Amino acid sequence: MPLLDIQDLRIDFGTTRVVDGVSLAIDEGQTLGLVGESGCGKSVTALSIGRLLATPPARHAGGRILLGGQEVLTLSSDGLRSIRGRVVSYIFQEPGASLNPVRRIGAQVLESLRLHAPSRATEAEVVRRLAGVGIPAPDQRARDYPHQLSGGMQQRVMIALALASEPRLLVADEPTTALDATVQAQIMDLLLDVQRRTGMAILLITHNLGLVADVARRVAVMYAGQIVEEAPARHLLSQPVHPYTRALIRSVPEIGVDRERLPALPGQVPVPGRWPAGCRFAPRCPSALASCATSPPGLEPVAPGHRVRCPVRPPAIP
Amino acid sequence: MTLLEIQNLRVHFPVRGLRIGAIPSTVKAVDGVSFTVAAGEAVGLVGESGCGKTTLGRAVVRLVEPTGGRIIFEGRDLTALGPGALRPLRRRFQMVFQDPFHSLDPRMTAGQSIAEALVAHRLAATASARRARVEDLLRDVGLDPEAADRFPHQFSGGQRQRIGIARALAVEPGLIVCDEPVSALDVSVQAQVVNLLQDLQRRRGLAYLFISHDLAVVEHLCQRLLVMYLGRVVESGPAREVCRSPSHPYTRALLSAVPSLRPSTGGERIRLEGDVPSPADPPPGCPFHPRCPVAEARCRTESPELRRTADRREVACHQVASSPQAP
Repeated sequence: MPLLDIQDLRIDFGTTRVVDGVSLAIDEGQTLGLVGESGCGKSVTALSIGRLLATPPARHAGGRILLGGQEVLTLSSDGLRSIRGRVVSYIFQEPGASLNPVRRIGAQVLESLRLHAPSRATEAEVVRRLAGVGIPAPDQRARDYPHQLSGGMQQRVMIALALASEPRLLVADEPTTALDATVQAQIMDLLLDVQRRTGMAILLITHNLGLVADVARRVAVMYAGQIVEEAPARHLLSQPVHPYTRALIRSVPEIGVDRERLPALPGQVPVPGRWPAGCRFAPRCPSALASCATSPPGLEPVAPGHRVRCPVRPPAIP
Repeated sequence: MTLLEIQNLRVHFPVRGLRIGAIPSTVKAVDGVSFTVAAGEAVGLVGESGCGKTTLGRAVVRLVEPTGGRIIFEGRDLTALGPGALRPLRRRFQMVFQDPFHSLDPRMTAGQSIAEALVAHRLAATASARRARVEDLLRDVGLDPEAADRFPHQFSGGQRQRIGIARALAVEPGLIVCDEPVSALDVSVQAQVVNLLQDLQRRRGLAYLFISHDLAVVEHLCQRLLVMYLGRVVESGPAREVCRSPSHPYTRALLSAVPSLRPSTGGERIRLEGDVPSPADPPPGCPFHPRCPVAEARCRTESPELRRTADRREVACHQVASSPQAP
């Protein structure tokens, strides 16, 4: 049984659908990359796993979220407390905005330990935890305020906080987007190292396809509230089938690849509430058929473990 | 033809100590940078946060005052000119900012934002001439002329960045300093804006100083590349060659940290330890030595000069300077 099993999840904001029938599963110890552009519903999907969306305006309109076998969407507030932290923890894009600016980082880690592992909530354990996420001179840094740390160090503190409860699933929502590439590499190494040691599963939400190629075993691509393609990472990047995935991969410049112009997708991502009828990608799609404008395609298997929401089968990429 | 020549530019900021009695110090955000930009040339400026690339870009267009050095633009030394004398020259160099959400006035229509530049530089005499010019500019950046009457919140990020570019183009500059112009945009929109910048460069003979942390975009768009570390240039040269065979250990590490779409082919990764040191307290010797995988004793005491190597490049590294192939 997968650790996280999202089935046909639908979420509305007011009367506007923002997540429309998303199904995802992650096993223990696995990393799933969830890729998409702004407004595709990837962050809302992620926040719904720990029921972190404010309701209202968000409203659960259908589907199930099974986390460690428990249905999250119907849990009582006591039940929610028992899964937040212990089963699922989060880290976000801007670590500076997630830390308390007026408390020393040691005190913040200690608070997290008190909540989740009271018997181990000691100063020594705080220093050990900070050292464990690669913070140099952790006994001194514990006395720093968040603003005294660089973005990369702040994100390490966030990871120490998220890991204090020893979660089985870490949801990392654009964890390195605000960081330099050199620091991004350090942070991803750290997360993968924790995963190897503890068997923690990671849901990595990002718009960076290269990052996903590097760290995820499986990748799901979202567009306009739906998953349009899901496959093993290597397969998705070398043999993408959905025209959106193909266009995304082609439009990213790559070092060492000469191109006169970048093959850019025309138009822009449709905002929720203005999704086209039929296939939502059809208005921007280079290989759209006449029927695409009217009949919405289903997510169909094209190979073992590879599902695509598009009836067109492009020739394989050599 | 040289459009812009930067000679030994320095931008230092005084820092007050936080504690009483602390000794005031100086952050050398830009510390002795020299380079040229030819007319119609795109020069990329890369480095990690805090390396001084944004400060350098802002100093070039005189948004921050340089502490020393010279900025020679179209043959005139901008650092020697007062605000009054500088003003008519300003229209020749413009800036496009990273965040298209915060660089447009939310209460002005796109047309008003663009026309403001025309008014400031007295480039269109009548309201109807301004309107015609605004519509031409919007078409040039791939927007519908009707966009002139809409407000910033009615546009997507990519469209707003196009408006920012139209506003910079309005005054017919020779140089645009672009500070991370595509970093805040979605992947599919990034490519559109990169293509637009490339088209404008070719059609109008524009030069760019293109500040970015994204080496792949810089390699695609720029002819030359400067790599900055702690306020100094550590490597410069043709963008393609620097990206494909970097000389400086820092450039190598930067390139090796870029995640690749191709499944890794066993190429070894260079992982940089730690962060960029504080520019208020830079390490002695080569500023990169505490993080450098190939540093030796000399690097800890002696700061390397930027030296020309065999292949049209300049590199500031003791080990590279002694032999272009090593290490």
